[in-house]
Amino acid sequence: MRERRSAQDARRAREFEAFVAGAAGRLLHAATLLTAESPDDNPRARRLLTLALSHTYASWDRLRGEDPYDRARQDLAGRFARSAWHQYGGPGALGRSSRPHPGSPLARLTPQERLILVLRLYEGVAEEQAAALLGIPVERVRAIYARAMTTLLHPPRGPAPALAGTKVAPS
Amino acid sequence: MNRPEREAAVRRLMEGTPPPVPPDLYPDALRRGTRILRRRTAARRLLWLLTFAATVTFLVWALTARPWVQPPSETTPPLTGW
Repeated sequence: MRERRSAQDARRAREFEAFVAGAAGRLLHAATLLTAESPDDNPRARRLLTLALSHTYASWDRLRGEDPYDRARQDLAGRFARSAWHQYGGPGALGRSSRPHPGSPLARLTPQERLILVLRLYEGVAEEQAAALLGIPVERVRAIYARAMTTLLHPPRGPAPALAGTKVAPS
Repeated sequence: MNRPEREAAVRRLMEGTPPPVPPDLYPDALRRGTRILRRRTAARRLLWLLTFAATVTFLVWALTARPWVQPPSETTPPLTGW
């Protein structure tokens, strides 16, 4: 019994190591895009990925033919959605309150926009799957996706409100 | 710009430079994953143990208290002097 278990442990560890060697780079890139950190300094992304991978490892024997990459990605996305929800204080706060690194290509987007953009474009997840994963309607995924694309490709020009503020009160 | 072009542009934007994978990622994930598994095993064992203890307690109580036997009547006086 004990020998069989240790053999199973060894096999799982071996498979998991091969999986991490193959998938960690891409998953870490996705996580870094999500957290909008700089590629060289991404503690949040690393933490997210470590937790997602450890849960993938823990459910390794129960995958039953399911793709471990899918599992890890799902865990990562769910974890990011929850952390964005908790960290910035409740509903409606999936907003622009984090401090994204200006070097990140997705720095201008909200966490939710980043999540949907990364899932749809970087990971190639279908709209319906993304909606199911995040528990929101497909129409909403489509709308957020369109908004994120617009924000990225047509960035709003300059800090206009700040300029207007300085012009007031000439006295 | 039509939709595929826009998507390709955003994709290029996102590809960028991939972050280097830290060398301690695998051992860290393995350690945490093993801990999760161990905790799950312990929780399962504890649950089984509790179930077993509850079953034993119930059996012992049932055999000593014999709740299915009709209790002796306390209202009718005993029949004596026949």
